[in-house]
This record gives sequence, structure tokens and C-alpha cells, in this order.
Amino acid sequence: MTTATLSASTSRPISAPAWFWPVAVLVVAYGVVPFVHGTYLFEAILTPFLALSLAALGLNLLTGYTGQLSLGSAAFMAVGAFAAYNFNLRIHGLPLVVSIFLAGVSSAVVGIVFGLPSLRLRGFYLAVSTLAAQFFVQWTLNKFGWFSNNNPSGVIDAPSLTVLGISFDKPVGRYLFALTIVVVLTALTRRLLKTQTGHNFIAVRDHELAAKVIGVSVLRTKLLAFALSSFIIGVAGALWAFAYLRTVEPAGFNLDRSFQILFMIIIGGLASIRGAFFGAALIVVFPLILSRLGGFFFGGVFDSGVLDMSQRIVLGALIIFFLIVEPNGLVALGDRLRKRLQSSQPSKTTV
Amino acid sequence: MSELLHHSITAPDEAIASSSAAAATTGAGYTVNETEAVRPPRGAPAASPALKLEAVTLAFGGVTAIAEVDLVVPSGEIRAIIGPNGAGKSSLINIISGIYRPDRGRVWLGARSFKRVPTQQLAQLGVARTFQNLALFKGLSVFDNIVIARAPARRAGFVEQLIGLARARREQADAHARTAAIIEFLHLGAHREKLVNTLSYGLQKRVELARALVARPQLLLLDEPMAGMTAGEKQEMAGYIRAVRDEFGTTVVLIEHDIGVVMGLSDKITVLDYGRKIADGTPAEIRVNPVVIDAYLGVAHDDEVFNDNI
Amino acid sequence: MNGFDSQFFLEVLVGGLLSGVMYSLVAIGFVLIYKTSGVLNFAQGSMLLFAALTFVSLVERGVPFSVALLVTLAVMIVLGLAIERTVLRPLVNKPPITLFMATLGLSYMIEGAAQLLWGTQVHALDLGIDDTPITVGGVFISKFDLFAAGIAATMVALLTAFFRYTRIGLAFRAVADDQFAAFAIGLRLPRIWATVWAAAGVVALVAGLLWGARLGVQFSLSLVVLKALPVLVLGGFDSILGAIVGGLLIGASEKLAEVYLGPYVGGGIESWFAYVIALAFLLVRPAGLFGQKLVERA
Repeated sequence: MTTATLSASTSRPISAPAWFWPVAVLVVAYGVVPFVHGTYLFEAILTPFLALSLAALGLNLLTGYTGQLSLGSAAFMAVGAFAAYNFNLRIHGLPLVVSIFLAGVSSAVVGIVFGLPSLRLRGFYLAVSTLAAQFFVQWTLNKFGWFSNNNPSGVIDAPSLTVLGISFDKPVGRYLFALTIVVVLTALTRRLLKTQTGHNFIAVRDHELAAKVIGVSVLRTKLLAFALSSFIIGVAGALWAFAYLRTVEPAGFNLDRSFQILFMIIIGGLASIRGAFFGAALIVVFPLILSRLGGFFFGGVFDSGVLDMSQRIVLGALIIFFLIVEPNGLVALGDRLRKRLQSSQPSKTTV
Repeated sequence: MSELLHHSITAPDEAIASSSAAAATTGAGYTVNETEAVRPPRGAPAASPALKLEAVTLAFGGVTAIAEVDLVVPSGEIRAIIGPNGAGKSSLINIISGIYRPDRGRVWLGARSFKRVPTQQLAQLGVARTFQNLALFKGLSVFDNIVIARAPARRAGFVEQLIGLARARREQADAHARTAAIIEFLHLGAHREKLVNTLSYGLQKRVELARALVARPQLLLLDEPMAGMTAGEKQEMAGYIRAVRDEFGTTVVLIEHDIGVVMGLSDKITVLDYGRKIADGTPAEIRVNPVVIDAYLGVAHDDEVFNDNI
Repeated sequence: MNGFDSQFFLEVLVGGLLSGVMYSLVAIGFVLIYKTSGVLNFAQGSMLLFAALTFVSLVERGVPFSVALLVTLAVMIVLGLAIERTVLRPLVNKPPITLFMATLGLSYMIEGAAQLLWGTQVHALDLGIDDTPITVGGVFISKFDLFAAGIAATMVALLTAFFRYTRIGLAFRAVADDQFAAFAIGLRLPRIWATVWAAAGVVALVAGLLWGARLGVQFSLSLVVLKALPVLVLGGFDSILGAIVGGLLIGASEKLAEVYLGPYVGGGIESWFAYVIALAFLLVRPAGLFGQKLVERA
């Protein structure tokens, strides 16, 4: 025991204890950020960032940790958004947080159904079959008016965000609402990944046959991964609808959205919690930067159409760049950078 | 338990050193249904073999890999299966572990017989195996790679694990204790928190052995446990395999290319050639068997050229 | 519910089979690349869009039909070669899923570039074939559909002959069977991959023109990949025959379902029905239509 802990602490030159960074981020997120003036930061950057981070975290659980590629994430966001809307609308007096939780459960159930092919299919065959979820869910939400309370264009409006009598309807309030849900689910995911269940996910990803031989139930593990992943993505969809956009339609959860979430975990880093957040940050911020840069260099030529196309090109190029140069994403890039910085100055850590 | 006591007489030094820790967890953790799955029913003769194959035949698209192979491995024996490449050794292990379904014949594990062994239940049946090419979980540490093999014994669901309820904590503690004992037994203590793919090949092979052992199998199948090792590593691994049998009374069936190691390690040797069993006997008998010398020992050198698995 | 109109049924069936041929045409582009490099090339749809858009833009700018065709052909071959060189070669020996994700990024790049270059408006594409119905044995069939089916059949015949009777075609098959062995006997993989990507570019051009004439040349053209994917799941990613039979099966059942089942669930089911057919089929027969992959990998 003692030798193990010794070697662990000497092999990694850590300058701060493991809890330092998460706590620091939380202190800033709750203690500093809410006091920033203006609404742009919250409405256009932070709230969508939080919702997308959560979706990326959910997909990372399935694709990064369990190795099951899914191209249908947006469908589960849609299920979450529309389920939360309907629970809230149709069950009077149901607390908002409970509606959102039940939305996650609904999404998990749909996730299990569309995860069933994973018991038979692998790799590309499975990836293609997850597209079925994408198209089926969008079709269902469009086709049956009940889901949007018979709104002619299928649009749903978010209810007031009130928890225990406190309103979270202002931009900062919506940010805090989303932040809290994201923090709780992230902490739970982190913990789950350290339990036997989390290790089962990784085992199924790394060597399915070996996992089966030692008695890990591959069937249950895969379906659980689909369920938990879809739960998280469903809650992210509810946040996307309630905290960020306030009005959404099924078309907002299209295939492009699914790819966007997949791109986040590729760019951020597969099988990494931080990676989901890094990837989401990049995807949210980079169009803003691109439009500023484009406007600065090309002026009027850089209209929204051109911006949209150049975004696609740059995004596609980024994906290929990361796959070739740093397949482990921004997280690995950051780790390498930090290691280089630390090795350039001799560490004086004493045990 | 009597088996354990009986075999511990011949335990090598290193095994004796850690035997107290290992034995303690053995006594505490054995559950009834685990043992009943493979042990013969009460009153049956104790001689029921750990493994028995009856006229097992397997063909891949017209090419016969295994032809009418019979095999009886008594409990507590170390049995080597040798033969030129393509002789069907790996296929045999894959049939015993249920990865392949034989076209004809039956597999007996203790008192239970199967047409196709259910791979998912292998651990509960008291069977563990290693793979020819490393089959570790590269995203997990050494410790986590080993402890995960207790998965089938765990009953707590993910919510219990997440919240850390009593049952989940108890199972966790039990799994950790068993893993710690195996890690000590195989001298992996210095590496327990490292990611497996940072270890040397020989060490990774040992981790795979540890993972197989933590479930306390009655039957251990080793698919080329010493392939790609240096001479020193091979001796070391042979020592561990013997210690496993002596310490836990485990029946061992192994495939190996290095005849020298096999002769010294195994109680009995089965020789396959073109999917047929051509000989069965003690190392001394095999060494002088003219059929074996013709079929196998004579071509031992060509063997290394075609290094593919069947 | 007064009697079953078998004449109408036959018409729907034939219409479905013919649109199935169009699916097969797209699917073949995938198979070509998958067979030789094990990559599911998601960018096939955007290559198709790029080809059609380039061709139609050239024609609109007064370039003669045949010249435009040759220029587009050259562009597609160059594009295929460039992709192999800049994206695939650096990723050689990476897991197939990584390569797949790279083609996803590639498809974004090509879609963006195509529309940045040629604009986002919808172009009509006239190949000079009327979409008028003719009657064959009392069943109305679209002339254009017949023409498309003829082109597809010719492509398949050419590809099959190519694989079976030419030296380089045999090399392709060797690569498809065992990349390592092919390498060992001195087949130059990069060259074969370059050829196959160029060929996929040509297939994209043909499919792009036919689909473009059908739907109009616009962004949504790249979405025809989504029609080809269930075909591939059904027929197997590595089988040209599978792509054809799968395309026909899916085309026919999709049309039949749309006509006979659609009214009960509100229509529009063609967006997902093909996937459900493919999945249902695989549940019954996990090895797919022709089941060769299981035997190969045993």
C-alpha cells in the first residue's frame, strides 16, 4: 500500500491537490461570474455552453467511456425538452426540478429502446442504427401535435423557472439554474465512473470479449450506458429549451446538432469529463470569434451565409486536425502543455 | 478445502510467503452457489474430472479445426496442450470457454455438461481464461483490471454504488481485499495504480493471470501464457502457474510453444496435430513418443515462421 | 377497403424498385471505399453535392454540357486524390471509427466549400431526359427512373468487370481481403487508395447528376447519404451485390409502406422507415443479407 501511494505521488509532479481546480472553478462560477454586468455573456455564451457541455458529457459516457458511437444525441435532447415541457404542462403542481428529472427518465427509456441494436451490432452498423433515433424522434414530435400542445408549428415555450418560490427567469438566474444542474450531474457522473459500474463501461469498450469472459454482463452494461447517457442528454435538452432558448421546435434538434455534440467530445477529448466542457467551450465560442475576425478582415462580404459556410469549413478542418495531431483532444493538449511548463522549471515537491 | 491443504505442501517459497493473506480471503469469501456450480453432487465419486471433452469436432467452412477430440483433465492437474501452429489448440480453448460452438461433441465442466458453454456464465461456472494476445482493459489501472473480475459476484446496482449503500460498500471491500491478496501473491504491488498499457509485456501477461485468479476459478485456461517472453520471464511465469495450482488447487489447462518450459511445468501433456489428438501422457512419455517426435518436434523450427492464429 | 388494386400495387412496387436503384447508386460509392480501406466514408454525400453543384454551375455559366462533364470529372478525381493524400494517409493504421469521424469532418468541409464557391441557391439540372411516364405492360413507369436504373446497371456492370478482370481490380480485392498480406506481396496501398477515392469521386458525380436532376441541386442533396446508410446496413458495407439488393428491398418496402401504411400514421414516414426495416432485418439475421463478414472474420 505505502509503496503504491509513494510511487503515485512521485510519478506525477502535482503542484496543487486534486480538489483544487474543481473547487476553484466552482468558486468563480458561483462567486464571481454572476456579478458580471450585461446579459450577453450569460444569454449567448454561458447558458448554451452549460447545456451543450452536459449533452457532451452524456455522449462521452456512451461513446468515450463505453465505446458505442452514437449519431443521435440531438434526438435525446429533443425527448428531454419536450418531455419536460409536457410534464410541467400536464401535471399541475409538479415541481420544475421533478419535471426535468422525469424528462431525463423519459429520455433514458427512449435511449434503452434505441440502444437495443447495440446488443447485436457493432461499430459502423451501430452508428448508423442510432440515426434511426434521430429521424424517428423528430418525425414523431412533428407529426403528433400533442407533444407541443397542438402548437401549429410545433414550437414549445418554456415555463417560468421557479424553484421553491425563487425565480430564476433573469439571464443570471437561468445561468445559475443550469449551472447547478450541470454541477450535480457532473459530480454524479464522476463518481459513477469510479465505481464498478463505471469500470464495466470501460471494460466493454476496451475488450468486449474479455469483459464477457470474466462475467461482466455486456448486455446490461451497454443498455445502462445508453440509459444513463440518454438521461444526461435529455436533461441537457431540457436546459437547452428552458434555460437557453426559451422557445424551441423539433427542427432545432436536427442531425447537425447531433454531429455538433459528437464534435465536442472529439475536440475536447474522448473519455474525459473535462473534455466535454473544453469541447463545448470551443464550439460555442469559435463561431463568435470567427464572425468577429471575418467582419474585421472582409467587412461586408462576410455576411451570415458566408459565415455559416466558413464555419462549416473551419469546424470540419478542426475535427480532422485533432484526429490527426491530437486524437485525445484539447485535454491531452493541455496536459502536455502543462507538463512541458512544469519540466522546464525543476519541481521542488517534497513528500 | 481439503484440496487446498493437500496441495499447499508443495508450494514454492514465494507462494508460502503470501499464503496466509490469500488463504484468509479464500475462507471468508467462498459462497455456496459458486462451488456448487462445478463440484459434483454430494455422494458422487470425488474423482469427477475438472474438465472433460467428448468427441468434440469443429470445422470452419469445410476446414476441420478440431476432430473427435476426447480429453479428461482431473482436478488439480496442470495440463499442457501442445502442437504445431494450426493444430487447433486455440480453437480448443475457445470451445471450452464457449466462444466457439462445436459442431459435435460435449464439454463437461465438473459435473455439468454443455453443447455450448455459456461464455457469459463462465465465471460463475468456476472457469477463467487468459488470451493469446493481451486482452486487458487499457483504460484501467492494474488494480482496476483485476478487481473488475469480481463483477459477477456483485449484486449492488449502480444507484447503490453511486450512493455508497452498505451492500455496495461491503462488496467493494470484499473485492478489494481479494484483489490485494492476488496482487501480493503475484508480486504486482509496485504497479497497482499504473495504467496497464504502461507495463512491460511480461508484466501485462501477469496482470491478466491475476485478473483470471481473482474470481478463484476451479479451472484456469491459459492461451500461450508465456508467448513473447524472455527466458527469465518464462521461468517466472511457470513458477506462478505452479504456485497457483499448489496454493488454490486450481486445475490448469495451458497452451504453450516452448517445449522446455512445458516439460518442466506440466503433470501431463496432450499433443494435437491437424485437429486430432495424437498423444496424451506424462512429459517423460511424450518426450519418447515416436508419433509426437514425427509430427511435432521434427517441425518445431518451421513453427516460428507462420505466426498466425487459427 | 373494397378490393385490392393489384395494378396500383404493381405501380407502387416498380416505382419503389426504381428509386431503390437510386439508393444503390449512392451506396456503391460507400462500398468501393469500404472494401479497400475499411472506412465508412460519410463524405460521400457531400462529394455528390460538390460534383452536381460544380457541374450545374459550369453549365449555367455557358460551358457546353460535355466540357462541363469532363471538367467536373477531373475536379472529382483531383478531390479524391487530395482527400487520400491529406486526410487518410496521415490516419493510416488508426481505428476505423477515427477514420469515420475524419470523413464526418471532411463532409463539413466539402459542403461548406461547395456552397461558398457556388452559392446556396437551388439550381435546376436538366439532363435532357423527360420525366414522362410510359406504360410497360399496363404499368406506368417514369422514363427518367428507367434511364437512372439503366445508368446504375451500367455502373455496376463496369465496376464488377473492373474488379474481376483487371489487374488493378484484382489488387483491390487482395487489399480488401487482407491489407497486411497485400502489403507484403508488394501492392502499393497508397496508390490503390488514391485510385479508389478517385473512383468514388466519379461515382459521386454520376449519382449527383441523377439525384440532382431529380431533386434540384441544393444543400439537401448531400442528405441522400442518409438514404444510402440503411441500404448499407442491410446489404453489408463491403458488398456491391448487397448494395444493389439492399437498395431494391429498401426502395420497394419504403414506397409500399408510404402508400399503404402512411395514411394511418400521418405520412412522412420515409425519413425513418428504411432504418427500421434494416434494423428489423438484422435482428432476424445478424449477418446481414449475404453474411460474408462473419465467415471472413472467424
